[in-house]
Amino acid sequence: MTSGNNKWIGQSVARLEDPPLVQGRGRYVGDISFPHQLHMRVVRSNHAHGTITAIDTTAARGLPGVIAVWTAADIADVPPIDFREGRIPTLEPYRQPVLARDKVRYVGEPVAAVFADDPYIAEDAADLVTAEISELPALLVADAEPGEFADDRNTEVSVIRQGYGNVDAALAAAPIVVELELAIGRHSGVPLEARGAIGRYDFSRDILELHGAAKVPHRNRDLLARMLNLPPSAIHVHESHVGGGFGIRGELYPEDMLVCVAAMRLRHPVKWLEDRREHLVAANHSRQQLHRIRAAIDDEGRILAIDDRYFHDQGAYVRTHAARVVHMTAGILPGPYRVPAYRAVGHFRLTNKTPAATYRAPGRYETTFVRERLIDAIATRLGVDGNEIRRRNAIGPEEMPYHRPLEALGEEIEYDSGDYIGLLDRLLTTLEWTKLKADLARRRAAGEAVGAGFAMFVEKSGLGPADGVRVEVDTTGAVELVTGGASLGQGFETVMAQVCAEAIGVDYRQVRVTHGQTDRIAFGIGAHASRATVMTASATHHGALNLRAKAIDVAAELLQAPREALDIIDGKVVRKDQPAGASISLGAIAEHLAPTSKILGDREPGLSAEGWFRVAHQVYPYGIHFAVVKVDRETGSTHVERYVIAYDIGRAINPALVKGQIVGGFAQGLGGALLEEFSYNERGDPLATTFADYLMPTARETPDVAVILREDHQTPLNPLGIKGAGESGITGVGAAIASAIDDALGMPGAITQLPITPQRVKEVLNGRRT
Amino acid sequence: MTEKCEITLTINGCAHTIRVDPRRTLVDAIRDDCGQTGTHIGCEHGVCGACTVLLDGEPVRSCLMFAVQAEDRQIRTVEGLANGDELHPLQQAFIDHHGLQCGFCTPGFLMLAAGVLERDPNISDDDLLDLLASNLCRCTGYQNIIKAVRAAATQMGAR
Repeated sequence: MTSGNNKWIGQSVARLEDPPLVQGRGRYVGDISFPHQLHMRVVRSNHAHGTITAIDTTAARGLPGVIAVWTAADIADVPPIDFREGRIPTLEPYRQPVLARDKVRYVGEPVAAVFADDPYIAEDAADLVTAEISELPALLVADAEPGEFADDRNTEVSVIRQGYGNVDAALAAAPIVVELELAIGRHSGVPLEARGAIGRYDFSRDILELHGAAKVPHRNRDLLARMLNLPPSAIHVHESHVGGGFGIRGELYPEDMLVCVAAMRLRHPVKWLEDRREHLVAANHSRQQLHRIRAAIDDEGRILAIDDRYFHDQGAYVRTHAARVVHMTAGILPGPYRVPAYRAVGHFRLTNKTPAATYRAPGRYETTFVRERLIDAIATRLGVDGNEIRRRNAIGPEEMPYHRPLEALGEEIEYDSGDYIGLLDRLLTTLEWTKLKADLARRRAAGEAVGAGFAMFVEKSGLGPADGVRVEVDTTGAVELVTGGASLGQGFETVMAQVCAEAIGVDYRQVRVTHGQTDRIAFGIGAHASRATVMTASATHHGALNLRAKAIDVAAELLQAPREALDIIDGKVVRKDQPAGASISLGAIAEHLAPTSKILGDREPGLSAEGWFRVAHQVYPYGIHFAVVKVDRETGSTHVERYVIAYDIGRAINPALVKGQIVGGFAQGLGGALLEEFSYNERGDPLATTFADYLMPTARETPDVAVILREDHQTPLNPLGIKGAGESGITGVGAAIASAIDDALGMPGAITQLPITPQRVKEVLNGRRT
Repeated sequence: MTEKCEITLTINGCAHTIRVDPRRTLVDAIRDDCGQTGTHIGCEHGVCGACTVLLDGEPVRSCLMFAVQAEDRQIRTVEGLANGDELHPLQQAFIDHHGLQCGFCTPGFLMLAAGVLERDPNISDDDLLDLLASNLCRCTGYQNIIKAVRAAATQMGAR
């Protein structure tokens, strides 16, 4: 450990990111332009499913200012969008072509691309492109009979199976079997900045640049290199400011390929900015699943086995994530409970809708709804309080680390640490639950439809296996931390600067954090799966300690003092016993480490160091959500009166930012629970294509959220004991609110589908199940 | 094609003479013709409020206006909020209360609040909530935005 001051970790210091952002000096992709750039507009399918018989681009080509119009035939050599993790031959037939070939499979699918010298002209020209489509029946329900995808393939891409133990025997022998059918609606991240990309080919250096990247710049560089058959070193991917990510932004989409290929072939920079309607039909959707779940339980409500069959509505193609969400769903469904026997069978099915992939807490939002609805159903069946069922089934702290023979993200699951019931007790105490419960019962007796609900979950974070950074100090003493991480607005720079500054012994404001620039560092795995703080901060910690050791080694020679006697305070090396005595600044040490320096000796030139962190397992933080809702029986609308989230993060680097992540995640979860839904008519036309139809929570709908942030169980898996935070605010929202609405209506098990719109509540109240 | 028109937009007190199509939206003109990219485009149909600017002191959605309609009007954007190096109380409050994450909606919220608070810093909490509910944020869950605007209102009212 560092002997320096513990000044920055754990402090809610002001964000380094904010000053330019509050002054309108940010640099989002739309703010970037290059001389002589062209503007791309994508022509999209208006049909959910059909055969392309002809595409006429003549009129568009004739419009002054139009440089080129491409259809699939013009880029026949460009492969479909590949998987991020590499080749997966069984899934390859289901990849999305960059422009539709032969068939269109969802409304919004790119059919042609127009390039013009003005964005208005490009849009005019796109309107002149006509596609003749011979319509085919649209398949819109994942649990319906699969249809034809192409040739000899149907729309069931694969069937995912995970499990252990003898489920059939347990179901046959159990005194009680509880059975449910539960549906999670189709919604997504919908960042406030729509997507954008600029391709630029620098002939003089033979470098292809992609600007506007996010989330996983290095992975996307490697993926582009593979698809374009170029060496990765010939591609520079640049992240700028990103207006929200949430899992969906920053994946490699057809439009990213188009701007890159066009930049090389048309020899102009090519800029593409998505409009909102496009975003709602073209960027990744997420979440939609139908679960048919059964649990075998004993007379005390102890789970003996879970058997889940689910249908994952993937939309029209398998995108960069391949089978990640559908596979992870099976691995993490059991959550915080002991489940002696388990079987999950997931049907990975295509439909004629926008393709789906990850959205903040992928698989967890869905399975927490399913699992906690199941806990409520068990409680109802036995006439026992839901939290009593949780107590009887939760994994105890004495069982940690808890291994479960299931996989999530390619790793066997091993819960590292935690006390789930301890956290529940703390929450109940804070709530004064006995009193609150009685209050709610009194209000219900007086005619109000008010109720409360809980949802307990285990998160996963810190996907490895490795991350590395480089730390450098220049001759002025300024520190630069170069990472392969990415920032989607979560405060990455501030948090990394805090970790780096503390280990070295400088002010965090002295640290410039570089991220998302593939030409600055060879390796990086970006920001996803709540991994940035866990992985990149751990690597930063190591890198900064290595730099500190190098600085002290040089200072020991210059100050004629033993290394152990030295410390670094505020960027100066001093004697611990004489902090006001002789000192040498880091900048001066950097000068002494110049390649020509006489005292360099055997040392590598420069005051710089690398830091690597490797880990075999993810870390599994955990939490509990609690909701109080009031339902208007007349309108069916739900008002969230109170919301509390208890979460054990291990160690918070910046508590204000952690709480910001949790509260922001909650608001998105609220949208998915009550408002947001990509619905379709029977022809497969999307009905939510504007913000007037796709309803996101505003300040009016979003209640104050109380966050009980605990640091009780630091993980042993990394040097700072940290667990991830980015997804914990969203995970339990659908589950907790559904439970609270059941309670408010006095109708246990009534809510079986998200989002819980006023129409669905009215259906429940009118005696028709949703 | 319709003839381009020459117009002068006055943004933060600075005159920008530009030639635009009559159909060019105000937000595109502010961003691309006048280079003031702090005003953002989030939905292009007036719902999200990321493009909010002040027109003669009133908050408007600049995606719903044509540039030609803003001639001879005073346009104020986020770039004009600070007084030199001194941040506007709203800007400082957003920093102090962690009222932003990705920052994309922030200019719109700042201009929305500035337009109203500069006229009426004593706005009631409920009216303030109604006001802030007219813009969308996808990162913060709004709590810290509300706290920041309230704090700024208190400070502005005390001046």
